[in-house]
Amino acid sequence: MARQTPLFRLHQELGARMVDFGGWAMPVQYSSQIGEHHAVRRAAGVFDVSHMGVLDLRGARVREFLRQLLANDVARLKTPGKALYSCMLNERGGVLDDLITYYLGDSWYRLVVNAGTRDKDLAWIRERARAFAVEVSERSDLAMLAVQGPEARAKAARLLPPAEGSTALTLEKFVGRELGRWFVARTGYTGEDGFEIMMPAADAVPAWRSLNSLGVASCGLGARDTLRLEAGMNLYGNDMDESTHPFESGLGWTVVLVPPERDFVGRAALEPLAREGSPRKLVGLLLEERGVLRAHQRVLARDAAGKDAGEGEITSGSYSPTLERSIALARVPAATAGRVQVEVRGKLLEASVVKPPFVRDGQSQI
Amino acid sequence: MSKVPADLRYTKSHEWVRSLADGTVEIGITDHAQHALGDLVFVEVPEAGRSVKADEPCAVVESVKAASDVYAPLAGEITAGNPQLAAEPEVVNGDPYGAGWLMRLRPAPGALAAAALLSAAQYQQLLDSEGD
Repeated sequence: MARQTPLFRLHQELGARMVDFGGWAMPVQYSSQIGEHHAVRRAAGVFDVSHMGVLDLRGARVREFLRQLLANDVARLKTPGKALYSCMLNERGGVLDDLITYYLGDSWYRLVVNAGTRDKDLAWIRERARAFAVEVSERSDLAMLAVQGPEARAKAARLLPPAEGSTALTLEKFVGRELGRWFVARTGYTGEDGFEIMMPAADAVPAWRSLNSLGVASCGLGARDTLRLEAGMNLYGNDMDESTHPFESGLGWTVVLVPPERDFVGRAALEPLAREGSPRKLVGLLLEERGVLRAHQRVLARDAAGKDAGEGEITSGSYSPTLERSIALARVPAATAGRVQVEVRGKLLEASVVKPPFVRDGQSQI
Repeated sequence: MSKVPADLRYTKSHEWVRSLADGTVEIGITDHAQHALGDLVFVEVPEAGRSVKADEPCAVVESVKAASDVYAPLAGEITAGNPQLAAEPEVVNGDPYGAGWLMRLRPAPGALAAAALLSAAQYQQLLDSEGD
């Protein structure tokens, strides 16, 4: 039986089509996936992301612990509320999960982890936290709403008392703050501005209804997937997992190797790759013909001179409602450049290699 | 609740078949099928002149979510693929039984009688049993 978020009954009432996602019953779409996508690019939409795991880590040595646990360096977080995107690696440098860390105090950090990996993450983190006397608590009491789009912040701020609403609008990008009973962060997974709001579970349904009444569209995981793909953001389990490392997943920028004495889990496996270069890389593809790119399609790569560079594979592919053509992320040989061919339903179609994102803040980057 | 026009015949794989006055048949996907697929973003229809067997995959409909084959409900020769759908696949969502037709086909001798097509009532029963 799939787990349900505090918004489950409301999704059903709103006519959502429900699917299993990482063991959770989640709305994939309410009316039209493309309509929901455009609502976020052009105005505002709200997503239920309560299936994601919120973990509070407390203890005097919590920073020291996280500097060992994560490939990005939480020492970069200097002001309370600031967030950091990071991979959590295994000893082989494989990606156990990608997560957001909020620095809330010198003895309190908050992690937001993926739904499909939360149980595994929790076990991994708890096992290692003991040596640092760090207490790990799962905040299953919280619901999380992502309100995204150019009008999202202004509309979401109206749900708060006036003083707190004004404060929410002063938050800088990638910063969160506790405002009354809610934790409001200027983060997201769509390539648009907006908030992700953690709140007591009982607040979720009234908040969602208030957002709807302000013209914020209910949006499902289907639109969330095309939005994040246009934004060039990875999806755990598709674009990277335990068998792939950050340098072949477009996530090298999140791996911090200085100072050399910070011995985080996975570092030893990554150092040779950082020195010698990864044999594979993650790129964006733009289909130059009619059709739709999908995960696991075969990529025949060429190098800058147009010569055979070996084979790769699409990790995420879909139709881009903003660009009105198909786009993808693909793991390909490092020499890949220019144009490739993708095997789509038995035919070889031409695609251009591009650097993600495809779309940011409503604008094509292609 | 999906629309199931009484004057058409249907397949278990959610295609519909309309008999035209010139002896050919028009084929598309049902309202139930387009709704289940969601917003269509790519449709590939067969070219005129192609011979197809019954149950042979002969068209592709792709939504944002997934690709799906369309099967020939009966054997025959394709006389036309809907030329509008290359540029406007969403027509299938908006008008699955009209402007969103996929192909026309001249049945092979005896093929229409041999095809195990469902009446509207039978197709409705199928949908009811699938929980539509």
